[in-house]
Amino acid sequence: MSSPLLEAIDIRRQYNVRTAGGVFGRKAVLQAVAGVSFRIDMGRTLGLVGESGCGKSTTGKLALGLIPPSSGEIRFVGSTLPAIGSAAWRDMRRRMQMVYQDPLGSLDRRLQVGPQIAEPLIIHDIGTPAERRERAYATMASVGLQKHHFERYPHELSGGQRQRVVLARALITEPKLIVCDEPISALDVSIQAQVVNLLLDLQDRLGLTYLFISHDLKVVRQVSHDVAVMYLGRIVETGQAEALFRAPAHPYTRALVSAIPSLGEKRERLILSGDPPNPVDVPAGCAFHPRCPFAIARCRSEAPALRRQPDGRAVACHRADDDAIALAA
Amino acid sequence: MAAPLVSIRGLSVDFDDGRRAARAVDGVDADIAAGEAVGLVGESGSGKSVTWLAALGLLPNRARVSGEVRIGGMNLIGAERRVLEGVRGKRIAMIFQDPSSCLNPVHRIGRQVTEALRLHRGMDGRAAEAEALRLFDQVGIADAKRRLSDYPHQLSGGLNQRVMIAIALAGQPELLIADEPTTALDATIQAQILLLLSRIRRETGMAMVLISHDLGVVAENVDRVCVMYAGRIVEQAPGEALFDTPHHPYTQGLLAALPTLTGPRRRLAAIPGSVPEPWNLPVGCRFAPRCPAAEERCRHEAPPRRVIAPAHQAACHFDVAGQSVWPAQEAAE
Ligand SMILES: Nc1ncnc2c1ncn2[C@@H]1O[C@H](COP(=O)(O)OP(=O)(O)OP(=O)(O)O)[C@@H](O)[C@H]1O
Ligand SMILES: Nc1ncnc2c1ncn2[C@@H]1O[C@H](COP(=O)(O)OP(=O)(O)OP(=O)(O)O)[C@@H](O)[C@H]1O
Ligand code: SF4
Ligand SMILES: [Mg+2]
Ligand SMILES: [Mg+2]
Repeated sequence: MSSPLLEAIDIRRQYNVRTAGGVFGRKAVLQAVAGVSFRIDMGRTLGLVGESGCGKSTTGKLALGLIPPSSGEIRFVGSTLPAIGSAAWRDMRRRMQMVYQDPLGSLDRRLQVGPQIAEPLIIHDIGTPAERRERAYATMASVGLQKHHFERYPHELSGGQRQRVVLARALITEPKLIVCDEPISALDVSIQAQVVNLLLDLQDRLGLTYLFISHDLKVVRQVSHDVAVMYLGRIVETGQAEALFRAPAHPYTRALVSAIPSLGEKRERLILSGDPPNPVDVPAGCAFHPRCPFAIARCRSEAPALRRQPDGRAVACHRADDDAIALAA
Repeated sequence: MAAPLVSIRGLSVDFDDGRRAARAVDGVDADIAAGEAVGLVGESGSGKSVTWLAALGLLPNRARVSGEVRIGGMNLIGAERRVLEGVRGKRIAMIFQDPSSCLNPVHRIGRQVTEALRLHRGMDGRAAEAEALRLFDQVGIADAKRRLSDYPHQLSGGLNQRVMIAIALAGQPELLIADEPTTALDATIQAQILLLLSRIRRETGMAMVLISHDLGVVAENVDRVCVMYAGRIVEQAPGEALFDTPHHPYTQGLLAALPTLTGPRRRLAAIPGSVPEPWNLPVGCRFAPRCPAAEERCRHEAPPRRVIAPAHQAACHFDVAGQSVWPAQEAAE
């Protein structure tokens, strides 16, 4: 068995917020991430999926040590992430990078893209100006940008090229781990495929490890070895990507998979009723029970633990072993 | 064939901000039959929204619109405001991607629905309220009575989208233009809303234009599909024909670029390059710079609309006969 590059052990992150109503709202605690554990082995990709607000981005930021967990631990190559802001932390940040959804938003419009790609080298005090420029050219080439793009401004590039710039900037410090937070959601369909292929090629060539966050299950299947499905701050199902999408076990995963519109093949639909609950007012028991077509009395009072199934995946559902729910699909 | 409900001929839209001129929509022809569901797909900026905003006279003044959009005997392009107001919201209603752009944040949602009922059907007081309740019921808003007095910010995105649909239905339109009605919503909520729209269409016989960049959404919800690229419709066909035997290289490329949820994983076929800017459109076929089948003539001569089957047309110089012009991709791993 290979060694984990990144391990999250029961991480939690909460925020003090006010409920709707501005300054008149009452104070409440929002559990953005409520006890999440996972590991990603070197050179592998873990896809993180789930609906808006379920805690994907927060998990990504916790994984990179961009924000501290309220409790729990992140281990990178076997050791706990150092305190944010320390010298050891800055050194580690070089080896872990983040790529965000909106390439325009993460680039400075007033600067040429070349210097922006080289910027992390300055931050980490690597190389001479000439060496940095050389390295920027090399990294640009590796993501399919040409030398003459160096002097361009972000708005002079296409969406796909801009996302390549963002990737080049993440890659220039030769990181081991990249957290991709919706890296292609803002791109046109015809460009998405370019970036997906590029991410896969880079992984092949450089042995990169990805935490790939997306709400697009088809793209997640395309890039991920393993997948974790989140609902209201918790992982409700995790397993090998192929198996999980072929036969989702958790009722929420089933609904998510069946909600994907498809070309051609007609699939059974599991349409949920009701809206996702308020994250500051998470239902007792299984957080999914108000929307779950299979809920039983126990689901309303007792939170199901994430349990390993015979086929290797883990599912947090009281009825995971129940034949009745398998048949009801 | 019966006369179409709405018929668009040679619709073009130019934006000129003084610095540069941009043709956002270029000679669009399309017919919508009564009761029919038509999908309009294309990447960002291809002109999907502008086509229908122009048809309904909703573009700013500096947009120059030409061509015809006929409903009944009327041409809506250049029509007087009074004529447009008699059509908008009444015969043709539109719902937008972003509820916040249409719902007024300072008014209760009940009032926004009764206002639409007053405007389009002259209803007032109790009658309007009763009808509002019925509409809320129809769009699946639980506990409708209490909800009427809520403000938009008190509702989730999915509920606000239902309110917008209720407002659109208030005038009992013959055609609903649904512009990316679910793009901003989560997958499970998106499925609920699409199911709702198809149920309403079954109940009312209303025609629908579903604008989306998601080919899957369109495939499952319409009878016929128009594919737009850079302001032009490049292919039109019944859903099945379009997805089974696409004829335009762009449609073929879009389909090959999509990952799937089942079946073997293949490397995606990426379309090289990117969508042209509307102020910098290539002459000839607009897809030529990205097309693997392009030849010299594609670069200076706009392709005619080629009839492939009675309801199937593609604007390409070559008849690729349903054979993909894109290289087959090997299975991954
Ligand atoms: N700084 C913050 N202060 C207060 N609440 C926050 C903060 N950051 C995130 N949250 C809340 O934590 C929850 C999880 O947010 P997060 O951004 O991780 O979700 P997500 O799964 O990435 O959603 P999306 O798909 O919309 O990006 C949400 O309810 C969000 O409102
Ligand atoms: N009011 C406007 N003034 C100037 N240009 C505009 C205006 N509205 C739209 N455009 C331009 O017209 C073109 C077509 O835009 P449109 O909104 O129809 O695209 P779309 O196909 O609906 O894309 P999306 O999928 O992003 O909604 C774009 O290049 C856009 O920038
Ligand atoms: S634990 Fe109960 S409520 Fe939760 S998903 Fe399983 S069956 Fe549904
Ligand atoms: Mg996020
Ligand atoms: Mg649009």
